[in-house]
Amino acid sequence: MVDSLQYTPQITLEFPIGEKDFFMAGESASRVKKTLQQLGLKQDIIRRVAIIIYEAAMNVAIHASHGLLTVHIDPESISIQTDDKGVGIPDIELAMREGYSTAPYEAQEMGFGAGMGLPNMKQCSDELSLDTKVGKGTTLKAKVYFISKEHPG
Amino acid sequence: MTIAQLVNALGLEVLTGDINMNREIKAGYTSDLLSDAIANIEEDSVWITIQRHINILGVAKLKDAAAIIIPRNLQLEENVIEKAREEDIAILRCPQSAFEISGLLYNILTRG
Ligand SMILES: Nc1ncnc2c1ncn2[C@@H]1O[C@H](COP(=O)(O)OP(=O)(O)OP(=O)(O)O)[C@@H](O)[C@H]1O
Ligand SMILES: [Mg+2]
Repeated sequence: MVDSLQYTPQITLEFPIGEKDFFMAGESASRVKKTLQQLGLKQDIIRRVAIIIYEAAMNVAIHASHGLLTVHIDPESISIQTDDKGVGIPDIELAMREGYSTAPYEAQEMGFGAGMGLPNMKQCSDELSLDTKVGKGTTLKAKVYFISKEHPG
Repeated sequence: MTIAQLVNALGLEVLTGDINMNREIKAGYTSDLLSDAIANIEEDSVWITIQRHINILGVAKLKDAAAIIIPRNLQLEENVIEKAREEDIAILRCPQSAFEISGLLYNILTRG
């Protein structure tokens, strides 16, 4: 297990996410997970990154129309970003609240819409920010450091 | 205990055929909310859920779940079963409710 990737070049992975493409969202998280395992990163880091990617990609698939997931690995951290064209988020504070969801009925039927995705992401990341324009789209950025202050060990 | 042993002990129906049957099971989790499952399923778990959309396979794979149990003999679409085979995730089924099968699984896993 390693704490940093001094000898590894920087890696950027990109995954397009289509509207209602739930399987791709899960699949992209699995693929990044595999890459991180090959790099020999700690189990806990991999677990947190996988959850963030899954939840972020699902939110694009469910709430926005389509977008792009970008995962960037550098020697100290992993950055996860989604950019979507979608409805945007009118009230970020409300959206971050556990249990708040505007998921449509068909998504609820599939087990989405607990309003836990953003709180999960926040818990798993060292930094999380949302930049959103109502009616235009949303950019979500999350960062996980290999040596974390908030998640020691 | 392995999936095969669990199948025998609880009389489960195996929908995915002879895949992954020797994999060890260490824990279980019951939930139909995917964000809850994603946050809480442990590695090598059996996940009990009534969700049958193809996306449960993404969750199971991401969390390294050993198998999925579908309660109440609920129907699954053939493409989900096929995909599960491809992804090496065993799907098991039982007539009991999620509550009952969770209790049975709990007893078996904690008593050994
Ligand atoms: N990319 C996005 N575009 C537009 N709205 C979003 C986006 N991401 C989140 N939201 C809004 O924030 C709310 C809360 O998101 P969160 O991920 O916490 O819960 P959820 O997706 O509704 O349910 P869950 O993640 O538990 O399945 C959403 O219901 C939606 O209103
Ligand atoms: Mg969500």
